Amino acid sequence: MPKFNKILVGAAFSPNLKVNIIQACRFATYFNAKLYVVHIGASSNLKLEQLNEIVKNFEYKGQIEFIFKEGKPIEVLSDICEENKIDLLILGAQQRENIFKHYIGTVAKKLTRKVKCSVLLLRNQSKVEFVKKHIVINGLESESSENTIVTAFYTAKGLSSKKITIVEEIANEGLKVDDDRSLRKATINHERKTHQEDLRIKKIIANIPEKYQTGIEIKLQSIFGRSGYAIGHYARVVRADLLVMDIPKKSGIFKRFMMDDLDFILSELPTDVLIAK
Amino acid sequence: MPNKKGNKFIETLPQNIFSGFVVSLIALPLGLGLALASEAPPISGVIAAVVGGIVVSIFGGSKVTITGPGNGLVVVLLTAITTLGGGNLQLGYMYTLAAIVCSGAIMILLGFLRMGILSDFFPSTAIQGMLAAIGVGIFAKQFHVMLGNTHEDGGLVELLLEIPKTIQHFVSTNDHNFFYAGIAGLVSLAIMVFHAKIRNKYFQLIPAPMWIVFFAVGMSYFYQLVLKQEHPIDEEWLINIPNDVFSNLAFPNFKIIYKFEFIATVVSITLIASIESLLSIKAVDLLDPLKRRSNVNKDLKALGLATMISGFLGGLNVVTVIARSSVNVNNKATNRSSNFFHAVFLLVFLLLFQKQLHMIPMSALAAILVYTGYRLAAPSNLLSVSKVGKDQLIIFIITLLTTIFTSLIIGILAGIVATFITHVIMNKDVILFFRNVLKPNVLMFKETDGSYYVSIKNFSSFLNFFRLKNKLNLIPETENVVVDFSRCRFVDNTVMENMNTYVEKFEAKQGNLEVIGLDLHGTETTHPFASRRMMQKSLQTKGFSLTKRQTNLQIVAKDFGWEYIPYTEESIGAMSEFTYFKTRQIQATKNLLQNNNDTLFDVIFTEGAFIARQLIRSTMFHIKMEHQIPEFTLDKEGLFEFVKQYTEFSDIEIPNHSDFSKRFYLSGTNKEDIISFFTDDIVLFLESNNYYHIESNKIGLLIFKKERLASVKEVKAMIDFGLRFEKLIKEKYARA
Repeated sequence: MPKFNKILVGAAFSPNLKVNIIQACRFATYFNAKLYVVHIGASSNLKLEQLNEIVKNFEYKGQIEFIFKEGKPIEVLSDICEENKIDLLILGAQQRENIFKHYIGTVAKKLTRKVKCSVLLLRNQSKVEFVKKHIVINGLESESSENTIVTAFYTAKGLSSKKITIVEEIANEGLKVDDDRSLRKATINHERKTHQEDLRIKKIIANIPEKYQTGIEIKLQSIFGRSGYAIGHYARVVRADLLVMDIPKKSGIFKRFMMDDLDFILSELPTDVLIAK
Repeated sequence: MPNKKGNKFIETLPQNIFSGFVVSLIALPLGLGLALASEAPPISGVIAAVVGGIVVSIFGGSKVTITGPGNGLVVVLLTAITTLGGGNLQLGYMYTLAAIVCSGAIMILLGFLRMGILSDFFPSTAIQGMLAAIGVGIFAKQFHVMLGNTHEDGGLVELLLEIPKTIQHFVSTNDHNFFYAGIAGLVSLAIMVFHAKIRNKYFQLIPAPMWIVFFAVGMSYFYQLVLKQEHPIDEEWLINIPNDVFSNLAFPNFKIIYKFEFIATVVSITLIASIESLLSIKAVDLLDPLKRRSNVNKDLKALGLATMISGFLGGLNVVTVIARSSVNVNNKATNRSSNFFHAVFLLVFLLLFQKQLHMIPMSALAAILVYTGYRLAAPSNLLSVSKVGKDQLIIFIITLLTTIFTSLIIGILAGIVATFITHVIMNKDVILFFRNVLKPNVLMFKETDGSYYVSIKNFSSFLNFFRLKNKLNLIPETENVVVDFSRCRFVDNTVMENMNTYVEKFEAKQGNLEVIGLDLHGTETTHPFASRRMMQKSLQTKGFSLTKRQTNLQIVAKDFGWEYIPYTEESIGAMSEFTYFKTRQIQATKNLLQNNNDTLFDVIFTEGAFIARQLIRSTMFHIKMEHQIPEFTLDKEGLFEFVKQYTEFSDIEIPNHSDFSKRFYLSGTNKEDIISFFTDDIVLFLESNNYYHIESNKIGLLIFKKERLASVKEVKAMIDFGLRFEKLIKEKYARA
């Protein structure tokens, strides 16, 4: 079982500072974790005071450590994550000119791929407590899919979520629909594949300890399409509160230049996203 | 199975043979005419039809289409034949044959690359503009020929300007050839125009082009046998078919294959041939009484192969043709064998009636083409385009003029660019398109009740329609589908038109496809295919025309004898009294279907606050109660978790209905009242019907199913459920 024992949040002194810290405090409380607040830049008493005050106002009761370090943000943050064996890195989203659109900045994007720990990308930066009732998981088959699902259940427990939907994307590889006959074949094939996927996921769920499953409604949903492209859209349509996914592997020279599902999701953050590693 | 299929094939063989025969009656004069119009030997058109009919009927993937020489290619082939040989028509023709063979090879390749979606990348108005330009091209050239002037050539514009001169020449000429050829042309034109208007069973049996042939051949025999005179028209004005068809075939010449003009010709031919075929196949699929899906990629390959063979034998391109195909369907063809027999009959005619075919004046065939050209370019097309929107009219005219003054390729490109620019101007936003054009924008999944849900985001236009199409093609037409555009900021007319085709396809197979989420989108005109753009101030009433769903709702209201109100400022009932709306803010209610106490409506509301705020649409049914009923919420266990947020509510078990309690989560403030309210009748009713979320606020009932807009089919089901439930409650109180 993965554990979020150490949570790190970056503190840039931007208008979002307060919200970011509060959200991080909240997560640390949920998971009984130690919170690391890291600022890239010179240390100063003023800054420390400011941070301390936010934490105090929140009435945060857990362990907390402030780190000030100068350097390039990506390197410094990933080094700190490694040194302190951080389990979860929290990053905030930026807003587009249009207030309903959010995206992840370049630095955060690179960090997401670079660090070895899980990453939580926060879209909803509001001070009010936001309940994560419905969690959508990308159940796509990969080496890490078991870890993704298990992490999601662990998170769901910590956040007292009510519902988990595990999404499988079923592609019709090799079976092209041209006419009625090929359509019938493809439809049957799709149903068979859906069934197989369901079995695979049910097997993974069966291995998850009972206590992580109680009180949670579990739903399996298959969607049509090439792997990994529509999950963000799905999360948006069902109005999920959190999307849990893993980092897709980029294989082949050609694919390296193509956007993968993570890129799509990061460029148009549909909801809060947890990247399980 | 194969035996049964074989039986069916033999059973339907007579009607297919007959249908093939009727089609061949049109194909013969058209084949000759189209070839003449392209300045190719008349026989080349018939070769294309014969080869096309045989090859495509064997290897093709569509069912009731007819293949042969097509209208669209006339202008391109004419240019190729007259220019590639540097003025030498014979040489030009041989080079063009080489281009035809090459384009056939490319079409085969396109088929293997599964480029059957190619035609979807062209905006529909631009295609119409291009077709109109082709029509003008055919008309301009053939009008002269129809009046006996076979020597008029030059650019399209010159040809158009010369028309008055030819008319004057025809009226004042002393040359009897000229005069009689012109008369034959005019009579033929009259036959084309009035054929459809004469409603005589026997007259209609023979298609108009064949009447023209009869007339021409008859006129010739009349002079020969009755008047014992020479044919009044010289051989020069009659069509020229080699006496021995098989020894006089021309062959392609590949000498200039590397030249730019040649390559440009190949590209034009391939483009037009593919688009014409794909559009025809799409249209014929809608006509097919058995509503089968054509395998367009297989058809492309077959057409390519047929084109190559035809080109090697001195024939024109083979494309799928809409007019002949629709005649085929009208004569009850059921499979590809009719295409095959059409080819066989053509071959028979060619061998048996060679002498008679010689008697047809070119002007008579030109009349067929003048009529075709006019139909393609008729002002009524312009009118129908302008009804979709002024922007479409501009696109149409730009494409039309560019094609006339330059070439087909440049014309269609101009049409595409113009369409894109109008989209940008309409939305006042380029970023929307550039940021999203390469992104996947379609989500499709099966809902728990088995219906398909398709959601499209960002924008949907000719640029990315293929994504939506690829998804929709995965659904058997017998299923229920809801296509939701509410996350789409812009939907263009090409998509609207195609969605309409899908609706028809699903209807034909007893399935159901409905488009929802467009009533927040404004349009410029009331045309059902007009582009729709999300309005910022989306709740005003101006600038909206009813969507298909809205007109259908209007019909539902009529059926029930209810009132339909598309937009309203008033709010319904005491909506905020319902538990569901305690945490949600209603923004607007729309599409009301109203009758006394019952109201069905779309409601738009927001959930969450500030940045997390989301706009949600749903369709709900509200019943005003005549009696006070207990306050309760009935919900499928755990579906809408919000109920549990209120501690005053708790799961209430109805005694002796453990199954009901297991399936539903019933909560409310007054337990005793609720238990007495849920009588056996009501419990049984709820258990045996489709699940709905039901809430009571003492004076009213709120019924809904999904947190999205309901399709018209779902609306009907909802009304039915609501009315029966209401009746049950009324009876209960009447008894008490």
